Amino acid sequence: MASITLKNLVKQYGDGFPAVNDISIDIEDGEFIILVGPSGCGKSTLLRMIVGLEDITSGDLYINGERVNSKAPRDRNLAMVFQNYALYPHLTVFENIAFPLRLAKGRHSEEEVQRLVTEAAATLELTDHLQRKPANLSGGQRQRVAMGRAIVRQADAFLFDEPLSNLDAKLRGQMRSEISQMQRRLGTTSVYVTHDQTEAMTLGDRVAVLKKGELQQIASPRELYEQPVNLFVAGFIGSPSMNFLPATIENGKLQTSLGALDIPADRAAKAAGRKVVLVGVRPEFFEDAKLVDEAKKPHGSTFKATLTHTEWLGNEQYGYINFDPSPEVRELLNNLARDMDADELRPQVVVTLDAASRIRGGRESEIWLDTRKLHLFDPETGENLTRDAEAGAALTAEANEERAEEIASARDADHEHSTTSTGNGGGGGSHRAVS
Amino acid sequence: MKSTGRQKLVWTIISIAVLVYALFPVASILATSFKSPGDLTNGRFLPTPGLATLANYEQILVGDAQGLFLTALWNSIGISLIATFIAVVLATLCAYAIARLDFPGKKLILTTALAVSIFPVISIVTPLFNLWRNIGLYDTWLGLIIPYLSLTLPISIWTLAAFFRQIPWELEQAAQVDGATTWQAFRKAIVPLAAPGVFTTAIIAFFIAWNDFVYGISLTSTEAARPVPAALAFFTGASQFESPTGAISAAAIIVTIPVVLLVLLFQRQIVSGLTQGAVKG
Repeated sequence: MASITLKNLVKQYGDGFPAVNDISIDIEDGEFIILVGPSGCGKSTLLRMIVGLEDITSGDLYINGERVNSKAPRDRNLAMVFQNYALYPHLTVFENIAFPLRLAKGRHSEEEVQRLVTEAAATLELTDHLQRKPANLSGGQRQRVAMGRAIVRQADAFLFDEPLSNLDAKLRGQMRSEISQMQRRLGTTSVYVTHDQTEAMTLGDRVAVLKKGELQQIASPRELYEQPVNLFVAGFIGSPSMNFLPATIENGKLQTSLGALDIPADRAAKAAGRKVVLVGVRPEFFEDAKLVDEAKKPHGSTFKATLTHTEWLGNEQYGYINFDPSPEVRELLNNLARDMDADELRPQVVVTLDAASRIRGGRESEIWLDTRKLHLFDPETGENLTRDAEAGAALTAEANEERAEEIASARDADHEHSTTSTGNGGGGGSHRAVS
Repeated sequence: MKSTGRQKLVWTIISIAVLVYALFPVASILATSFKSPGDLTNGRFLPTPGLATLANYEQILVGDAQGLFLTALWNSIGISLIATFIAVVLATLCAYAIARLDFPGKKLILTTALAVSIFPVISIVTPLFNLWRNIGLYDTWLGLIIPYLSLTLPISIWTLAAFFRQIPWELEQAAQVDGATTWQAFRKAIVPLAAPGVFTTAIIAFFIAWNDFVYGISLTSTEAARPVPAALAFFTGASQFESPTGAISAAAIIVTIPVVLLVLLFQRQIVSGLTQGAVKG
């Protein structure tokens, strides 16, 4: 159990390319941090710097307040799960899990090794496979063995490098919830690298979004979603992603290619003095105007548009509206798409409609837009003009409280379940006070 | 692809032809080793019926040639094993560094190794002979082990480097994170996986040392260090009118046995594929 502090970490390769550029993050004891970003954003490099497999070019790394920059990986007492599992093929599952214990010579008696490995295997439902070799296991089982090797010793923190990316979709969902529950039960500080949004949003207490080696924003998933700090974060988080529409402000109204939108005065004030802004609208802010409550309607703005086509998914449906942006805006959107690792962004708006909506492609129809939540971005700097930092901070603080509660209740449940076990649940009491 | 009966037949014929071509000399030597001196010129492949004899084997193992042959055999085994052992240990460390680390001069080492291994042996034998005589290495085990290393090291480095490159680096990193020192990670995670490669290399190195003739005959003068291939040339018949062909054949057969045994023994280790399952396959 440990806190990890990253202070102005920089990783520069031989050719001077900064893979990680001036990143500072405070990771609290017991926190689950996700590093997310498009490929090549430096998230894996950052993780490997924490564990000690990459040198730190400059900056400081503290674990429990102690500077560990020059410590070898084995002296940092961290456990890591690799993307390709890195199991020892010549050892049985039992010996794979026992490997870290056996390396700590003299610290564990043979019975203790037996007990710890059996416990870890039981947690991960590997008991039946202990005598098999990794080559004979399925992908999911190998993944569990890799996890077992990490949890068997009392490591200060777990580091995960895209641990689920090699599993199929169903298994991934299952392992995701297992990792999440396990982390809560053990209350161990965790850093998790992924490019998968769902993993980032569901697992993380806080999510750090990286782009080209630079930290864009670190906040709870809700804050990232509702109060993104810039265009990149807004576009990266959420699926389908946020729509960006170029707009001009005239008399407190937004003139967009979808028509004129009334927006709340306080929002408009934030963008005062700018000719062009980018309006960020999440697909679910839209609705079929016919299906909107009368009470809710005044909070938004209604416009007419022709959908090109719709996709009905059962619980909701997606509609698509094409628009023709000016060349500069098109360029901007393309750059953004490239940053996010996507293909060229088509200038279209995705709207989420109620599953009951009868709006179909090709016909002009009325669509309502909730204007209370939309964001305005500076098209040049990408900065979010309407971000409410206080509301955002409140969301993250809320997530912090939830985490403390969850860890405490997971520990209590654990204690009730196993009164005999002194292993994983044993150290729990002292950490319960952590807020 | 479905192979028809006709294709099978063709392949069988080709295989048999190759086998006969490759094994005929061995069979011929085996047959000759059972011929008595008078029977050598019988003009047939097999010994004359009724005249087949074990006398040649007796002669080299317990008879007059015993001293010459058994000491040579001992020299050969000892020198080859030591040369192999040193070559494999050094090559393992060297190949590991080449496969894993990025250091200046890496290419140079590999090129030098290749250059050494293709350098004609005969051209350095004479200078070596003079040098060894001056510094007292002539006709000693060490005097042969050192030149043998020059033959076995390059090929060992090349084979092992190729082998180490196949082992996923993550294994070692995982071991380091799990609490291993660099040396422990190497010994506990890499060496067991590299074992098949090391065995293969060791066997190749052993054969090279075992089969050498040029150094063996040039750098030795007595039984102190003379290996079998060289010793065979010093066999003599019972009298000056008898050729020692039978005894030489018997010795050749005995010398072949360790090689065959080695391959049979380590066949399983040579089969690679042990790394399967280390990472997502």
